[in-house]
Amino acid sequence: MTAIVTTTAPTPQRHQLLGATTRPLGLLLITGLLVVVLLASLTLGSRYIPLQTTVDAFLHHDHTNAEQTVVLTLRVPRTLIGLMAGVALGLAGAVMQGVSRNPLADPGVLGINAGAALAVLIGVFFFGATTLSGYVWFAFAGAGVAVVTVYAIASIGRDGATAIKLALAGTAITAMLGSLTTLVQLMDVRTMDAFRAWSVGSLAGRGADVADAVWPFIVIGSVLALTTSRMLNALALGDDVARALGVRVERSRLICGAAVMILAGAATAAVGPVAFVGLTVPHVARALVGPDYRWILPYSAVLAPLLFLGADILGRLVVAPAELQVGVVTAILGAPVFIAIVRRKQVRSL
Amino acid sequence: MTPMTQLAASPASLAYVTKARARTTGRVRRVTTALALAVVLAFLLSLSLGDFLVPIWHVPSDVVGSGDAAEVLVVQHLRLPRAILALPVGAALGMSGAVFQALARNPLASPDILGITAGGSLSAVVGLTVLGLSGLFLSFAATGGALVTAVLIYVLAYRQGLSSYRLVLVGIGVGAIALALIQFFWTRAHTYDAASAALWLSGSLNGRGMESIWPILVMLAVAVPATLVLAKRLGVLELGDDTAAAVGLAVQRSRALLLLAAVALAGAAIGAAGPVAFVAFVSGPIARRLTRTGSAALVQAALTGAALVSVADLVGRTALSSSEVSVGVITGIAGAPYLLWLLARTNKSGRGN
Repeated sequence: MTAIVTTTAPTPQRHQLLGATTRPLGLLLITGLLVVVLLASLTLGSRYIPLQTTVDAFLHHDHTNAEQTVVLTLRVPRTLIGLMAGVALGLAGAVMQGVSRNPLADPGVLGINAGAALAVLIGVFFFGATTLSGYVWFAFAGAGVAVVTVYAIASIGRDGATAIKLALAGTAITAMLGSLTTLVQLMDVRTMDAFRAWSVGSLAGRGADVADAVWPFIVIGSVLALTTSRMLNALALGDDVARALGVRVERSRLICGAAVMILAGAATAAVGPVAFVGLTVPHVARALVGPDYRWILPYSAVLAPLLFLGADILGRLVVAPAELQVGVVTAILGAPVFIAIVRRKQVRSL
Repeated sequence: MTPMTQLAASPASLAYVTKARARTTGRVRRVTTALALAVVLAFLLSLSLGDFLVPIWHVPSDVVGSGDAAEVLVVQHLRLPRAILALPVGAALGMSGAVFQALARNPLASPDILGITAGGSLSAVVGLTVLGLSGLFLSFAATGGALVTAVLIYVLAYRQGLSSYRLVLVGIGVGAIALALIQFFWTRAHTYDAASAALWLSGSLNGRGMESIWPILVMLAVAVPATLVLAKRLGVLELGDDTAAAVGLAVQRSRALLLLAAVALAGAAIGAAGPVAFVAFVSGPIARRLTRTGSAALVQAALTGAALVSVADLVGRTALSSSEVSVGVITGIAGAPYLLWLLARTNKSGRGN
């Protein structure tokens, strides 16, 4: 019965694309790609703005230049938030899949998205929050409460928070919070209207205030996440083996859980619930570099913003002058990749 | 089977097996009867309770139209369509979920997880917000969407046969796309359309009349017998692909047919009431646990589903005096404790790892 959730994620993969010598090179290459995408995010959009204008806006700012104002108030914050949210989602997904040994884990699974969504809705309905910077704090609080609750429920009993118990508790809490969210939505049309703009992951209209609110969390969370690679490698061998190797399993799980909560909470607060980046990117990283989390984590941290910002740019261009929300684009781009991985891999039968 | 029976030749062991079988059959019969009574009771209660209380012993005469005029109006016109609709919706979801879970040999594999619900919802939301569909056409759009999604998942997951694992994963992927598109159309819609879409997406029986009942009944008239005929193959498939093939079952074809039947059931229910959360998920395990036969218990799962949806709709209709709560919201809130209980149970039996 437990097959979905207990299938071990980091089973050694015989067919990784990159060998020991090419891995650093590969990381360098995708970092270069990320820089290109960052620059593209500053220049492309419903209106093309040359890179020179961006440089000028920083070096010798001209108040009368409308394009420079657009760059400073819209494009730069948007790109920075996309970068930060991408890094956070990629790292959170990778750590979560490692710690729960569940290849399907992503911020949705531990109830983070659901908790944040309900909290935002409560903020709108009961406290009249209307601005995005107002949403951020509600979302963050909701994500935190949800994760702590899920972790506490999963910890009840003899073995502590095991992989399957985390996944089941997360599913249960997600379902319950989702229903409560629906309940509040159906009570008031105006609240629903304000909420649905946030509830699709989007970078549109996210300004410097959002970036200011989330950046410390993302920096701390990322540093914390990058330190967990050894723990994740040990946990991948199973709790008993990890214990035998001298790893303090419970403590490691707690640290990983904290990193996930900070990262996914901040990302969800900033851009809304984005389901697919955290799920897909670690799989791509794993296919590239193999099961070693010392490589999976940095690769995920670079690949995720690459996918996220790329999707955002695409969303701005395809239906210009309107926009497709980045959450929609990542799902449409990410899901086929995910399906392709599932089809290619030799997966065991349930 | 015959060689096995010949092997178990000792009279004592044969007597033991016969006795055990008789005991099981007896329990199954008792459980089925109890579930059927629960469904009838829930049905009568949902006709009787509400802002206007109709004594439950008046209900039968009100249904046939021979009671007090005011009561007849309330029972026949306001409550009866909805109370009737809850039954096929719940039964279809329960049976569909039980088939899915038995096929995947995994209690987490319900139409919700496999993305089929999301596909049905997507076509309904598009129908509602873009094409302006309502009523019957909306039902058909949702059912059609669920079927198309299922075919898509099947085709994408098929690779030298169909592994359950791949099916679940591909389903999650397809479901993610469908959810993203639902969100897209939902944010694009006008406030009024978005509100009706949200109501529909919550899984709701609010304001359904008699005319919304017959499409699901027609679909179930085909899908339920088909599923029951295929149930024998399901039992064999549950032994594992290799065993099933060794017994001479056409594994892939049987699985495809069973999937089709289960999707048709789920699609019919989604078309009629929207994605009612958790019913497909919990009915099968509850029925299994009650009958304790170790088989999928499809009829019992259907009865469980019907009882669950009836009771949940009744609660949603009467719990808050100010407004109606969708049945899907109630089942969603009630489903979480069930999962937590599952968790505690797994924990106690030492299978927590």
